[in-house]
Order: sequence, then structure tokens, then C-alpha cells
Amino acid sequence: MSRVLVGVKRVIDYAVKIRVKPDKTGVVTEGVKHSMNPFDEIAIEEAVRMKEKKLADEVIAVSCGPAQAQETLRTALAMGADRGIHVEVSGAEYETLQPLHVSKILAKLAQEEKADIIEHGKGELTITREVDGGLEVVKVKTPAVLSADLRLNEPRYATLPNIMKAKKKPIKKVTPKDLQVDTTARIEVVSVEEPPVRQAGSILPDVDALVGKLKEAGHV
Amino acid sequence: MFANCLKSARHNKFGSLARFESTLVIAEHNNETLTPITQAVLSAAKKIGGDITVLVAGTKCGPAAAALCKANGISKVLVAESDAFKGFTPESMTPLILATHKQFNFSHIMAGGSAFGKALIPRVAAKLDVSPVSDVINIKSSDTFVRPIYAGNALQTVKVKDSIKVVTVRGTSFEALPLEGGNASTEPAPAGEYKSNLIEFIKQELSKSDRPELTSASVVVSGGRGLKSGDNFKLIYSLADKLNAAVGASRAAVDAGYVPNDMQVGQTGKIVAPDLYIAVGISGAIQHLAGMKDSKTIVAINKDPEAPIFQVADYGLVADLFKAVPELTDKL
Repeated sequence: MSRVLVGVKRVIDYAVKIRVKPDKTGVVTEGVKHSMNPFDEIAIEEAVRMKEKKLADEVIAVSCGPAQAQETLRTALAMGADRGIHVEVSGAEYETLQPLHVSKILAKLAQEEKADIIEHGKGELTITREVDGGLEVVKVKTPAVLSADLRLNEPRYATLPNIMKAKKKPIKKVTPKDLQVDTTARIEVVSVEEPPVRQAGSILPDVDALVGKLKEAGHV
Repeated sequence: MFANCLKSARHNKFGSLARFESTLVIAEHNNETLTPITQAVLSAAKKIGGDITVLVAGTKCGPAAAALCKANGISKVLVAESDAFKGFTPESMTPLILATHKQFNFSHIMAGGSAFGKALIPRVAAKLDVSPVSDVINIKSSDTFVRPIYAGNALQTVKVKDSIKVVTVRGTSFEALPLEGGNASTEPAPAGEYKSNLIEFIKQELSKSDRPELTSASVVVSGGRGLKSGDNFKLIYSLADKLNAAVGASRAAVDAGYVPNDMQVGQTGKIVAPDLYIAVGISGAIQHLAGMKDSKTIVAINKDPEAPIFQVADYGLVADLFKAVPELTDKL
């Protein structure tokens, strides 16, 4: 029995132009469109493909966050995950939830659910990963933790019948406390500010004008 | 054993040693040359103040270690040369860094925010049970750092409460520390059995190019979907050759198969900040801007006057790239 655990996060939709709060405590999230982190869609898609290829028996989607995280889990279920785990974290605790905390939560769940995270074949897995100068191939022993790059696959759309079916799939609720994970903030956010705004440039009439500007600035 | 080590480190923070910062910089190299981002990390480490130790691990450390010894302001270079570090896998490097930290008790552990640093640093932080800080663009004090969030559309200042600060540095945000004026000595890093049986490095397929390296080039010419085909990218290469520039691409150009993905500039590709960035046939999606909007001068060539790239460009040319780019190449 090999199980795949996939972490999914509800984030501000990638197409939204974010706004910084005037009091500099963070960015405006109320009333802003949220969706599943695009990288997580790719991870779910890969896990579901592994199941379709009979390389995995069960796909479990996990999300840490407030009640709305369940919407993200339903999306994962509609894409083909078998069941969900909602680790309820809300309010101030969620504001300061860091990758370190999420890692500890996922580690606990991976042990509890006896997940192989992503298991494939006979306990050995060959993966190609992106590095700065090109690609690299490594072989890892399972259980293993893999993170998905954008080019791993093209995630499927959830179809209406699958969205309906996803409503019946189980979502278990737990808290970090149930998992004995301490979520005390290790990093304090001092401020969140707008980045410096670039000065408006000019539209040039032709290539000669551009060459002139480049020469003027000493680029050529 | 680790718990004891952590306790004593925490105790130090509030004790008399609080002001004595000591930083471990993990050097990035390819067994032949030092990667330029390491020099940016050294500048960042200098901003923290205190002692700087550099760790060079690999199957062949001589060239990188020799170069680092010449950098000004480094107290020592630790060398770990072993077959265990083939492929610089995080699984083999992490125990080495933990052993080094155990011996010297650093206040800061830093690496560049490259694929190497991003793979390694969070693993080290988890083993030390501390929260890492990624892609730092400014250092305000020894525990307060600035990093971009939301694809560079907000800057977050964070104060780290952990006793050990584990950090990756954005290479384009710090000047490269010159490799001159110093005379540090090399010492062997703590010995140990670092080979991991969890991972085996098989091979690397690197893109070959005579052009400058993308993240450190002073001029970058990038092409997008507007190029329409991989063949047409030769227009970009010709212009780049005239300017001795590196060539970049938008994700659209990579996904369409025009160029390999290690050329991608953006949130999910490389972050560049050259003196001159020329965007050709690139609309300027948020995710692309995240990778280049700190360039000193931005030039955009696009036929769509409404393209968002014109909002960040210093000089814009609303023109058909197939006419404008060859003309520009000729006239330079």
C-alpha cells in the first residue's frame, strides 16, 4: 500500500495585483480572490497521475489554514485526491504560521498516515530536477519528499461531475495541538511595505531614438 | 545531543557573547570555479559584522578555496573535499554543515538564493529547528532582514527570534565582494561520514553557452511569446552578441519550447538585475516583472502599446520586433 500525501495551500490568486495595507501590517486579503497555489495544483496532478498509473494506491490532500482552506481541499478532491485533512489554524496563529510549522505538521501527518509522501516503484525513484544551469538527474530512496516545478505537468480542470463527487469525499479535521506541533512564531513581521515605484519612462518614436538613448547612457 | 547544543546557543544570545556575531557562508562552486553569487553572500555577511567563515565542500575544492582566501574580511576557509559531495546534494552537505556548526557555534548560516542554496538552507534550518529566511534583499541588523513577498509586489521586514539565523541571500541585491586584499588560510572542515545513502547523483545536463551567465550579466536581452518560434530567437542572439549580453526568456517562450527553461527570467525562473534589460515581445506579466524589475534601465520593444511592460520600461518602442530588432542590431 503506497500512499501519497500532498500539501495544498490557499493563496491569493496569482493574477491578482496585491495591495499593501496602509498600516503596513500585511497585504489586503479580505474580499480578494483566492485559489490553490499553482505549484500545488501540479503536485496534486502528479499524485493523481501516479494513482492512474497504479504507482500509488491513495492520494491524501492536506491543507493548513482557516475554514476556507476546505475549499482548496475540495478542489484537490475534485481533481482526484481520495480524501482530505484540514489542519485548522486561524486568526493570529495563521498570520504567523511559517514553513517550519507546516513542515512539522506534515511530518507528523506523514508518520500517522504512514505515507510514503510520493512513492513509486520499488523504493527507488529517479527524478529530474531543475538546477540553475540546466537539469540534473538523481535517484532517491523512498519514503521521499518531492516538490513540483511548474514544468512537471499540466494540471487538469476539475469537471462538474467530479466537483459534485468531491463533496462526498471525507475531510478529517485536526489541529496543530492534536498533532503536538508548537506553532509559536519564530519570526516577527516588523512591517510590510510597497516596493519602490519605478519612475515613468518614455515611449520613443523610432529605433534611432533608442540607439541615441542607449549611447547617451553609456550602454553602447 | 542537539538539544544541548541549541540550549547553549540560546543561552549565549542573552549572555555576554550576544554582540559577537559569527557567520558561516556556504560557498557555491562547480569544482572548477566559484559561483559569483557567493561573492554577493560574502558582502551580505559583512553587513552583519563579526567573524566570517566560508565552507567549501565538493569533490574538488582547490580552485574555489584559493579564490576565497583572497577575499577581504574572511577569517578562514574550511575545506571538505570528498566524493561524498558529488553533485552537491543537500543530503550530504547538511550533516557537514551541522558538524561544522557544532564545532564553531555560528550565529548566522548563509548561502545564495540559487537552486543550490534553496535546496540546502531549509534542510539545514529544519535540522537546527529554526525558521529560515529566504531571498533576503537587505540586512537592517543582525536579526532583522528585508525580503520580497508576493512576487516582489511587497517588501516584508522580519525580525528573527531564533538564536541561529539561517538565511538565503538574493544575489542581485548585494555587490559582489572582490576576491582581493585578503589572505585567509584554509583549514580542513570537521571530518565525518557524510555520504548519504538516501540519494544518488546520476547526471547533470547543463546548457552550453559562450554568452555571459544570466544572473550576473550586465546586459540581458530577453525574448517572449512575440518571437513566435525558436528559430526567430536568432534575432535575440544577434542583438545579444552585439551587446555582449546574456539571453533570457519569458515563461511563455520557454513553455512554447522556443528556448530551454534555464533561460527563464521571473518569479519561477532566475532573478536578474543588470544595468540594461531589453525585453522583446514580452507583455510583462507580474511573474516576469518579479524577475527583472530591479534592472537599472529597462527597454521594451512590443507592438502592443497597452502591454504592461511599458509601465516599468524606461524606454519603450511600440514597434514590430521583426523590423525593430534587426534595425537596432545593425545600428549598434
